[in-house]
Amino acid sequence: MNLLIGNIGHLSVIIAFAAALVAAYSYFQATQGRALGDNDASWLRIARGAFFVHGAAVLSVIFCLFNIIHAHRYEYYYAWSHSSNHLPVEYMISCFWEGQEGSFLLWIFWHVVLGFCIMRFNRQWEAPVMAIFSGVQLFLVSMILGVVLGGVKVGSSPFILLRDFLTDLPVFKLNPNFVPKDGTGLNALLQNYWMVIHPPTLFLGFALTLVPFAFAIAALWKKELTAWVKPALPWTLIGGGVLGVGVMMGAYWAYETLNFGGYWNWDPVENAVYIPWLVLVASLHGLVLWQKRRTGLRTAFALVVATFVLILYATFLTRSGVLGNASVHSFTDLGLSGQLLIYLGAFTVLAIALLVWRWKEIPISEKELTAYNPELWVFVGATVLCLGAFQVLFTTSIPVYNSFMGLLGIKTNLALPADQIAHYSKLQLWMGVFVALLSGLAQIMWWQRNNKDTLVNSLTAPTLLTLLGTALVVLLVRYNGLTISPAYVVLTLAGLFGVLANFSTIFNLLRRGIRLSGGAVAHLGIALMLLGILASAGYSNIISRNVSGLLYSRDFDEDLNRDNVLLWRNETTPMQGYELTYTGQYFDVPGVPGYVDKQYLFRTDDDYKALARAPIISGGKTYYKTGDTVDILPENTYYRINYKDRKSGEQFTLYPRAQVNEEMGGLLASPAIKKFWGHDIYTHISSVLDPRKEKPWSEAKEHVLSVGDTIYLNDYFAVFRAIEPAHETAGLNLQKGDLALQADMIVYGEKRQYHCHPVFVVRNRMVGRVPDEVEDLGVRVSLNSIDPVAGKFTFAVSTTQKDYVILKAMDKPFINLLWSGTLLMALGFGLSLRQRGGKGAVVAEAALEAETPAEASSRTARPQPVG
Amino acid sequence: MKKSHLFVLAIIAVAAAIILSTTADASVYVGFGEARQRAAEGNTTKVHVVGKLPRDAQKQPVGLEYDPMTDPNYFAFTLVDTNRVAQRVVYNNPKPQDFDASEQVVITGCMKGQVFMADNILLKCPSKYVKKDLKGATAAN
Repeated sequence: MNLLIGNIGHLSVIIAFAAALVAAYSYFQATQGRALGDNDASWLRIARGAFFVHGAAVLSVIFCLFNIIHAHRYEYYYAWSHSSNHLPVEYMISCFWEGQEGSFLLWIFWHVVLGFCIMRFNRQWEAPVMAIFSGVQLFLVSMILGVVLGGVKVGSSPFILLRDFLTDLPVFKLNPNFVPKDGTGLNALLQNYWMVIHPPTLFLGFALTLVPFAFAIAALWKKELTAWVKPALPWTLIGGGVLGVGVMMGAYWAYETLNFGGYWNWDPVENAVYIPWLVLVASLHGLVLWQKRRTGLRTAFALVVATFVLILYATFLTRSGVLGNASVHSFTDLGLSGQLLIYLGAFTVLAIALLVWRWKEIPISEKELTAYNPELWVFVGATVLCLGAFQVLFTTSIPVYNSFMGLLGIKTNLALPADQIAHYSKLQLWMGVFVALLSGLAQIMWWQRNNKDTLVNSLTAPTLLTLLGTALVVLLVRYNGLTISPAYVVLTLAGLFGVLANFSTIFNLLRRGIRLSGGAVAHLGIALMLLGILASAGYSNIISRNVSGLLYSRDFDEDLNRDNVLLWRNETTPMQGYELTYTGQYFDVPGVPGYVDKQYLFRTDDDYKALARAPIISGGKTYYKTGDTVDILPENTYYRINYKDRKSGEQFTLYPRAQVNEEMGGLLASPAIKKFWGHDIYTHISSVLDPRKEKPWSEAKEHVLSVGDTIYLNDYFAVFRAIEPAHETAGLNLQKGDLALQADMIVYGEKRQYHCHPVFVVRNRMVGRVPDEVEDLGVRVSLNSIDPVAGKFTFAVSTTQKDYVILKAMDKPFINLLWSGTLLMALGFGLSLRQRGGKGAVVAEAALEAETPAEASSRTARPQPVG
Repeated sequence: MKKSHLFVLAIIAVAAAIILSTTADASVYVGFGEARQRAAEGNTTKVHVVGKLPRDAQKQPVGLEYDPMTDPNYFAFTLVDTNRVAQRVVYNNPKPQDFDASEQVVITGCMKGQVFMADNILLKCPSKYVKKDLKGATAAN
């Protein structure tokens, strides 16, 4: 037991909390009642010191928690419940943020990093912005405080001891110093490299939304209503890019790891990040409009505030337990609902009150926008994003309405829509249409002087090409025997226009030698993503339909979704253009490329070790010899499925897996995906014979044989060829003086022959029998007795259920458009940031600042970079 | 009327449409009694039903019917809702793994004739969230 490290950790949490309080108050005092940048030097010194102490304390908390996990200190609940002895180091990092406390800590950490960046790069705004930062830190650290104040528990400490958490466990009454030997392990679904980088990315995105929010609040507070936009803009850009990439990483992880058949399931936890991202991107457009065209400042203020409030609301949704049954992967309810509500309420009320107070003083643009102003279309686009976010928000909040009405004593029974995909898609599709059309149009207009002639000029080519392309797509879809609904035609049209218009913008700007526009690249990426979503989700085709021609006689004779097929081991089944064969179960063996057949491994009492029954060879190299101890990863069983294209004869192999995962309710399937440039073949197991259960064997039937005899075993015929001395057989551990004999029996299966070697051992006049199993055929043979005089051998044969898998396979056309669009979007954000942060941009913007208001009105004529 | 006013009106109209469509699409939690009543009235909208599996003395669920050899896409079971009304449910998909261990079952779908056709099953398993059980933890350890 090591109580010291936990005490240091807990003390650091308390110091971090106290230091955040001091920093918030001192920063407030340093700037309150003074002009921006004119700070009270002594208060500022205290504030900075306090924030440094806060940062150091947070690092110490992280160090202590990581040490607890890394050193397997299972006396702590956090290590016991999230880690285990067998966990590789890289996944110990994932354990760190699997729990609520760790993920709060990650978020707090990013705020500290960003806070230091603000102190370094935004000196003028430091005091008011950091006052907000420290205030937010105060609330966040309180979530992991784990202190009882006046009978109320504040926060949930990650340093709680197992004995303090599981107080009812009898073992602690007998031995309070009991420490478990092993932890319960990291949820095996999270043992994935995406889960190492996805959460930090997402929480960095979350943390980045605080920066523009803090600037906006500081601006309202200090009555510097316009100057905040310039420093806030690059942070918003980074936030939009990081959060967008974070969301897509989560989608990619879900596609690779979960088995709902896609990358997006409209789960409340996914929605909770999607909603603020949409509003964040809308607010980015508001900021750019003000920075470049001196319009839309009120919109920018409102949306920046809304983004942060939505992040807080998302935190409340996913961490308070209010979602209950509605989500499969929200966090455990730690009883923090009250604290979370206070956090949400405090910042919402503060921000809205400040905004209302200053609203009339926020400058607005004098000019009325016309259809020839790109600003109008950017503004409409931002509105469309907000409406799209509103739909998801309104529906995702349904469980909240029930809880709220419950508090008022009214019982309601509202549930989420039964078909969520249809519900969300019908509106999100139109949001996509408008986003693609408006982004194309606004990008073209942004860079030129607009009137009827120039507009017709620059729009003709992309429009004509779009119409042509759409016609071609419709024809191709029809040619392939598929239907296309009017809504899909419109989305194709909009997506193609978005691609072509943004492409022509990029091309024109490059030709004119101005620069590569990050905005146009990002918008091009978004348009490609929309096309990718349309193709891969709209035309996802289930390959594994029942094609046997057999209609099972049941209560229903209508055409039902029969999306799963049963594959017997080693029997080939035809399936829409492919022939599928299930050829056995495999394990992942660290150090050996690919997977290793279970039949070569002899399991031992230690789940993580096995003995090799045959040499394990991969690519000509022998990794283990017979009898060697092999380290295996037993959680996942891989089912080898061979695909053969019936037309081309091409073959490939997929290994969908089933995972023993007690935490998620038993056995979980993860897909295997074969990627082609134009489509993905996606396969997952729907049902298998449970690998955790002992196989039920039939009662043994005895056969008395002589060498050379033939018998039938479970419909296969077998020849008893010889009896020979047993070699050093895996797991037998032969000693001097032992007598060991093995029978050599050849069983003729459908595809190949199997050697079966039941062993008969005599040790100290005790008889031992080691049966041998042919897993492929479901047969087990043991050598029961030997009559050396008559030359007769008695075998016992039992049989079991033949192995099978039930699987579902899908074809996802053009899904690569989605991933490549995501990369382009990220690239676009990066380019915009570089252009904004680079030296050229600084000079250009300095020149802009110097411009007089009279000149500003002619600014629309000149090319300007847009986010 | 200024253009900006028209714009605001358009936004309000779309927002109202979103609220209406959500209200129309939202499902409800009901018991089997009400689900049957809805079907009798010709209302085929999908509902959510929360229930438990009837179990025998060994805590094994009774009345599960799944034979992948004849049809991997047919799974039938009996569910007892919170009002203790039992109903046969058919699910045209493979039986979810560890269905037997679930504490609570939430299904969505509607009545069709004598059976409830479920198109989605959500399982709540005992150990899903907080780890509370420490296996093999005896004083001897």
